[in-house]
Amino acid sequence: MADEQTDAAGPVTMLATPIRLDFEFTPGIAQSKFLRGLERGEFLGQRCGTCGKVYVPSRGTCPTDGVPTTEDVLLGNSGTVTTFCVVNVPFAGQSIEIPYICAQILLDGANLSFMGLIQEIPTDQIRMGMRVEAVWVDESELIPSLASVRYFRPTGEPDADYDTYKEYL
Amino acid sequence: MTDSEVLHAEHRLEYPYSRSTGPVIGAFLTGLREGRLLGATGSDGRIIVPPTEYDPITSDDVGELVEVGPGGVIESWAWVAEPLRKHPHQTPFAWALVTLDGADTALLHTVIAPGPDALATGDRVTARFRPEAERIGSMSDLEGFVPEGGAS
Repeated sequence: MADEQTDAAGPVTMLATPIRLDFEFTPGIAQSKFLRGLERGEFLGQRCGTCGKVYVPSRGTCPTDGVPTTEDVLLGNSGTVTTFCVVNVPFAGQSIEIPYICAQILLDGANLSFMGLIQEIPTDQIRMGMRVEAVWVDESELIPSLASVRYFRPTGEPDADYDTYKEYL
Repeated sequence: MTDSEVLHAEHRLEYPYSRSTGPVIGAFLTGLREGRLLGATGSDGRIIVPPTEYDPITSDDVGELVEVGPGGVIESWAWVAEPLRKHPHQTPFAWALVTLDGADTALLHTVIAPGPDALATGDRVTARFRPEAERIGSMSDLEGFVPEGGAS
């Protein structure tokens, strides 16, 4: 905090006034399963028994049918970029060197995309439909957090057909 | 899934704001860093502590900053028996309105005392500043008030 203050000799002109809220967070049963999966290096989702959609991460219920999702589904390591954003703007607390790619990734077999970092590709080559795979941290460093996924990288496969992900944009 | 498998984690949401002080509050905070308490002269000659940039009645710019205290009188107080983490003291203390010598308004700060039985409205207290090396130009440079005569 002291470094936010004016230098020791001159008059005070700035004041650090951080606003802070401390929470005890619990992700609940369904998301705990997902996070425990990440700790094993796996993407674990859940299927709705009514509509058959697979959610990853699952909140434990199907938002369409309003029923509990009780069937666990182990998903693979690959998916498709549905949409993306190239981040060029620096901001406070930024932990990744800009420019970088933030993408929505639809894992194969899933009916819900989630956000992931894309690396190992120049930012001007990212595109919708690109096939990507997760790169995990070393086994000894796996934790129950998405931080266990270092990033996604292109698999080199041909792009996915637009029809396969058009419902997830 | 058993209870022990459901995860829990500490989560902190924090925004690192900094704000400009303006000339009057800036001078007040500079004074605190020097171990001095300053008040502003209102348009009717009243001394306002902590200083405002404008006279609260006439809205005119305030006049000269003058030194007040370090002694003062407790106008009102409330004992905090179980301080929270965010409180300025981690041992029991009192919030208090203190009118410093030479001031016409009261300053909200803390009184460090052995217990509520050691405090009364109208008691005289004196400012206790943090050691000079620890002062950063913040309200917390004033650690609190202590009963005059060093009762605590």
